[in-house]
Amino acid sequence: MAEVQSVETAPAERLERIWGTEPGLFGILGTVDHKTIGKRYLVTALAFLLIGGVEAMAMRAQLAGPDLALLSPEEYDQLFSLHGTTMIFWYALPILSGFSNYIWPLLIGSRDMAYPRVNALSYWLFLASGIFLYTSPFLGQAPNAGWFAYAPYTLRQYNPGLNMDFYALALIFLTVSTTVGAINFIGTVMKMRAPGMSLNRMPIFMYGTMTASFASIFALPSLSVALVFLYLERRFGFPFYDPAGGGHPLLWQHLFWIFGHPWVYIIVLPAMGIVSEVIPTFARRPLVGYTLVAMATVATGIIGFGVWVHHMFATGLPPLSLSFFSGASLLIVIPSGIAVFAWIATIWTGRPVFRTPMLFATGFIVLFVIGGVSGVVTAAVPYDWQVTDTYFVVAHLHYVLIGINLFGVMAGFYYWFPKMTGRLLDERLGKWNFWVMFVGFNLGFFPMHIAGLLGMPRRVYTYPAGLGWDGLNLLTTIGSYLFALGILLFLINVARSRRHGESAGPNPWDGGTLEWATPSPPPPYNFAVIPTVRSGYPLWEDRLGRLRGAAAARSVVTRGPVLDQGRETVDTSALDADPVAVLRMPQDSLWPFLLAVATSVAFYGAVFGAWWLAGLGALGIVATILGWLWPRSLEGGAVA
Amino acid sequence: MSTTTFPAATLSLGNRFDRSPGWWAMVWTIVTEASLFAYLLFSYFYLASQARAPWPPRGPLSLELALPNTVLLILSSVAVIWAERGIRRGDQRRLRIGLLVGFLLGLAFIVIQGIEWSDQPFGPRSNAYGALFFTITGFHGAHVIVGLLMLLAVQVWAWMGTFTEERHLGVTNAAMYWHFVDVVWLFVFTSLYLSPRFA
Repeated sequence: MAEVQSVETAPAERLERIWGTEPGLFGILGTVDHKTIGKRYLVTALAFLLIGGVEAMAMRAQLAGPDLALLSPEEYDQLFSLHGTTMIFWYALPILSGFSNYIWPLLIGSRDMAYPRVNALSYWLFLASGIFLYTSPFLGQAPNAGWFAYAPYTLRQYNPGLNMDFYALALIFLTVSTTVGAINFIGTVMKMRAPGMSLNRMPIFMYGTMTASFASIFALPSLSVALVFLYLERRFGFPFYDPAGGGHPLLWQHLFWIFGHPWVYIIVLPAMGIVSEVIPTFARRPLVGYTLVAMATVATGIIGFGVWVHHMFATGLPPLSLSFFSGASLLIVIPSGIAVFAWIATIWTGRPVFRTPMLFATGFIVLFVIGGVSGVVTAAVPYDWQVTDTYFVVAHLHYVLIGINLFGVMAGFYYWFPKMTGRLLDERLGKWNFWVMFVGFNLGFFPMHIAGLLGMPRRVYTYPAGLGWDGLNLLTTIGSYLFALGILLFLINVARSRRHGESAGPNPWDGGTLEWATPSPPPPYNFAVIPTVRSGYPLWEDRLGRLRGAAAARSVVTRGPVLDQGRETVDTSALDADPVAVLRMPQDSLWPFLLAVATSVAFYGAVFGAWWLAGLGALGIVATILGWLWPRSLEGGAVA
Repeated sequence: MSTTTFPAATLSLGNRFDRSPGWWAMVWTIVTEASLFAYLLFSYFYLASQARAPWPPRGPLSLELALPNTVLLILSSVAVIWAERGIRRGDQRRLRIGLLVGFLLGLAFIVIQGIEWSDQPFGPRSNAYGALFFTITGFHGAHVIVGLLMLLAVQVWAWMGTFTEERHLGVTNAAMYWHFVDVVWLFVFTSLYLSPRFA
């Protein structure tokens, strides 16, 4: 066991050999490096964002004026269903998982996630499920019942074809990926934090993804049950939702929204966490109200389970139930407000520097407030009745999902891109990028509120002239195309800066958290020595003196144990992060990839009703899991 | 200013205690699976509350097979506990015998469950009740089969001499999962077999 060394004397080459991924096909398919997996997540999720964006642009072209016929009604149905499903499931959470995967171990002074192979599995399943979903449009049978797919419209008698079978199975498929990913995040939070990083010193980003992961493992099974019922009913005629057989269509709505509302918080809390990292760095001070924000994050995740019926106010449920869920929905304002005021106070009392990440973070706050207000009002039952299924709801959900997810994601990209690539994104192009997106977004999506109040229903493929919707829709189309141009500027910036950007160095923003203590990009082993943490901003201690949660002792980042007898990192206790053991982490492995392939085979078998294929896939799943778990000696991974 | 770090030299390699990352992975897997069953049972009670016809359509299910089968499953958990306690003392024989007995009792449960299925006068397509009965018990049966595969794998590894007094996470995890499958059955049994008797 190595004793304490300094960063300079640590055997970097030896660590590189131990932690590096082999070049070649085995390395590509077998790597368990969280940084590679994180980047893959980010790139793949961005690809889904672009695909979903192109679908949206096709719809906005169709809706630019009254009575246009660019798209047929059926094409339009498939487009809005694919658009919603893609954005909400294959973009919004995976992109955040990408950041968490890449940044977490760096943020907490670890060398990897808790379950590196599970991490790889979660990526491969995510990719495979996305490919599975996007098989359907090539067969002309993409999902066509909206992203929440209400029964009975989804049942076979009203919706023949494989469209909704693809929907049900693709989502179950993705659920597996998300669940194992969530368990990996929870395990990492509990066990992998650097010694001394007790829960009250843990960055808010960790709280965001941790809460989202806990919510995932409780909420996703509800979706899975709903989807399994749907598949069984469509494929085998089990009458869960069909009233003719004693079923009930509202069972779908309950199960879907019991999952669906926590999901909203699952896909925004990590983004709020990103913003809670970005704002202190650019306000040049620690986050105001750290403890409150941490608690508010967890509280939002918990309250999120008690509000699902506000999606069902118009279904004729008893008034008592409506009142309860209306009250619970209003309650969410409190933790959300705490976060917003903490961010504002941090900027207010700091010395803010408005670089591009900070622009996106402040834009995030503005859009959060607008999307929050349009959410609060719909928590009131009579108001909700008025706007249910109108464009007002479309406006609200886009303010929430673009405002509180995508703007946070953009802040994250501009903030951590230098860490990932060693180069800064271009600042001038970045400012253009922000303003085009921000103006385009508000220009495009704010008028939707008004269109909704004027009675325009969502999901119509066209509308007649003269209802007062024409100008608003044209404006929405123009704004959303402008917004898309903003995304294009981002892609150009990434493509250019990746090669020609300004060199970043380890800490271009003078940040206070641990990821800025490593080189950019970080070596495969992340930290040459294991740091010891004594406050929430280990790199700012010299300037700040004693911080909240700081012990008398200072954090030690440049000296520590090397742990170079194999892929080793430290296992710490869940609350206080006291070192408990040295963990031997797994080597690169093909099993996660093979397991994802076998799972794909099973799902393709199930969607086409090719039972032999499904059986083959199931056998493959059992075989790969056995191969994965087959006992190896603990010392097997050691490098001489 | 103190520059102390922690004493890595005193730490053990790998986790000797139950609460290792691998142990927690199984705990959270069980939590998410338990939620799955909670939602299945929610669906059962929801459709029961909305039903216009009698629920269950033909009156409460017979306990003739289900009750002894429940006892069988509990006994299998007892056998697995006995096995796990054995390996904690390094007793390989107890581990192997306990796992084998647990496996056989679990297998018997599945066989009897198959008879129970074929004995029902209704099918999963007959009505919502039938769909739920077969889906919920089917889900549980699938979990039993997964648990049996785990017990089988651990059994093989036990014969290979994989587990020691100090390192036997595989046994602990398989045992936890097996107990989970048994506890879930108690909820399923109570909901499907007992609750209609008191309704």
